[in-house]
Amino acid sequence: MDQAADQAGAVPAAGERSGSAREAVLRRVRAALADRPGPVAVPRDYDRTREAADPLALLAERIEDYRAMVHRVQAAELPARITASLAARGARRMAAPVDLPADWLVPEVAWRLDTDHSSTIEELDGIDGVLTGCAVAVAETGTLVLDAGEAQGRRMLTLLPDYHLCVVRADQVAVSLPEALARLDGTRPLTFVSGPSATSDIELNRVEGVHGPRTLEVVIVDA
Amino acid sequence: MAGRGVTWLGTPTFPKAARTALADPQLRANLRNATTTIRGKRADAVAELPDWEPLRRAGEAIKDQVLGDLDTYLERLEAAVTARGGIVHWARDADEANEIVLRLTREAGAEEVVKVKSMATAEIGLNEALAEGGVRAVETDLAELIVQLGEDRPSHILVPAIHRNRAEIREIFRREMPDVPEDITDEPKELAEAARRHLRQKFLTAKVAVSGANFAVADSGSIVVVESEGNGRMCLTLPETLITVMGIEKVVPTWSDLEVFLQLLPRSSTAERMNPYTSIWTGVTPGDGPKNFHLVLLDNGRTDTLADEVGRQALRCIRCSACLNVCPVYERTGGAAYGSVYPGPIGAILTPQLLGEDVDKQARSLPYASSLCGACFEVCPVRIDIPEVLVHLRAQAVEAKNKTSPEAVAMSALAWAMGDARRWAATQRIAGIGRLLSRGGRISSLPWPGSKWTSSRDLPAPPKETFRAWWRRTRG
Ligand code: SF4
Repeated sequence: MDQAADQAGAVPAAGERSGSAREAVLRRVRAALADRPGPVAVPRDYDRTREAADPLALLAERIEDYRAMVHRVQAAELPARITASLAARGARRMAAPVDLPADWLVPEVAWRLDTDHSSTIEELDGIDGVLTGCAVAVAETGTLVLDAGEAQGRRMLTLLPDYHLCVVRADQVAVSLPEALARLDGTRPLTFVSGPSATSDIELNRVEGVHGPRTLEVVIVDA
Repeated sequence: MAGRGVTWLGTPTFPKAARTALADPQLRANLRNATTTIRGKRADAVAELPDWEPLRRAGEAIKDQVLGDLDTYLERLEAAVTARGGIVHWARDADEANEIVLRLTREAGAEEVVKVKSMATAEIGLNEALAEGGVRAVETDLAELIVQLGEDRPSHILVPAIHRNRAEIREIFRREMPDVPEDITDEPKELAEAARRHLRQKFLTAKVAVSGANFAVADSGSIVVVESEGNGRMCLTLPETLITVMGIEKVVPTWSDLEVFLQLLPRSSTAERMNPYTSIWTGVTPGDGPKNFHLVLLDNGRTDTLADEVGRQALRCIRCSACLNVCPVYERTGGAAYGSVYPGPIGAILTPQLLGEDVDKQARSLPYASSLCGACFEVCPVRIDIPEVLVHLRAQAVEAKNKTSPEAVAMSALAWAMGDARRWAATQRIAGIGRLLSRGGRISSLPWPGSKWTSSRDLPAPPKETFRAWWRRTRG
């Protein structure tokens, strides 16, 4: 790097390389913008909101397009649905965030609650699955957004187990992506999930399940 | 030394490399299949959004807004990341960025880092620099892993191993992965499973991860990484220390600007409504994710590019790769022929600009790696007028060579014709732009270095129908 010439063509002094890269880059930016193009008006005439005849049906259809399993239930049927899904999967030991609603903790399986972030990587790696809620869902794209808030827990919880069962309430569903983003706090740790982990890197064949959960199952609670 | 690392040293000039690629029928078949498939899927994904054009215009404007006040937005981003417990570093060039990452890795006491696929770290040659410093970088994206284990070069921005078929991948895995089963078949499912097992332990024990960034929100300090496999989430969540290397042009002003780019990017790129995973984080969150977060803001030729009023639009690029998949030249030559981490139409304009004054013969040949058909501009989600920049760079190259040569005159005529959308369309309609340079229906000699390209095969001069119209009719 000893020959490095600065934008202006001057060879930087020895001390400059370590200390003031920040100033140097900012100075270069300002020099490059000698013409200061002036403020740019951003046209916002794209659709902020969008109508859908039945947003929940749209969400279900779009999630299924990613080859994830989807169920729609009434609130009262939720515990039975959770039991049935876990039984079908053969799941016996399930991880869960500490604030999961009590009636989701169905008695048929052993629950490992992430109390005080006590679950270890090894435990989560070996567990049968995880059950969470979500913060927001985007009907148009079939996306679930987790923000580490209520009933979601740390990011690690939904990453390591091979199976993720996620419950979406009707009031959490937005039709368009802009509507969904408007409901979120960008400073929380966010994970947008659209189907199970997938790759298309080998001859463009879609293979589900590489590193994230290989199976995603979603329960949409109608009311 | 502006854009050090952007090109692969020792690569032949584009025309020469292209001739090799053109002679490889397997490569051409793989590429044609891939680009045709993605092109078709992308068109469907885009057609689904009634407001696609307004989204593109908004994307273009937001990026121009950022570029026009880049210093302000970078300082704002730095303040927001710092306020949330992150540490911001600045790097003038590749060496400086590599030094920072190596130092931070050593400070964390790690001999190995897990990496999320990232163009910025490929551009600066981070893996090689870490290796020189005694640190092993493990690529965790399946395609990048295939390329890394095969000691190969990536051939596409989105699907870097697309030039490899399943049998080759099986061989690479059997040779390079100690834990791979003897009887593994070449089924993509089995190969992906082998990669999962190979990397799992690395994720679970890694102390340091390195990523790039797709976007960074100046107001909030939020960093965005989009991916499919979940390897990104592993790297961004499990290790104690996370180092993100980001080109300074990746910043967007506000949170709500993401509503534009998170719609434009997946549909243009993987042709999905949404990619499987998008991770967004801000500084550090106690009890959730890495304890230390470092953001390296990389110049490496970007300010040189910013200084060019015509060429700076290349910095709007969100690396979706849509322009590769529609490019008739890329489809025939593949990514390696471009000799740069940035292949295809965007590479043809970005690579020589990032190199700035260090531009070499090979990079100088890149603006000729195009038929100027305009398909890249039509698909680009941020409306980068790649043909306009190509002609601009060609004119510069010719001017640098000889200010009064006949080539310079022809090139400035081209630049003039393309300087204005209506003039350009009119020129194409009347004559076919190639006729500006052609004699008798074939473009048999382009000015150097295009001459090397035409010396291997004549380019037909576009006759009655414009190339753009022909391409749309036959391939689009
Ligand atoms: S130039 Fe446009 S189309 Fe090409 S990769 Fe960049 S954003 Fe995508």
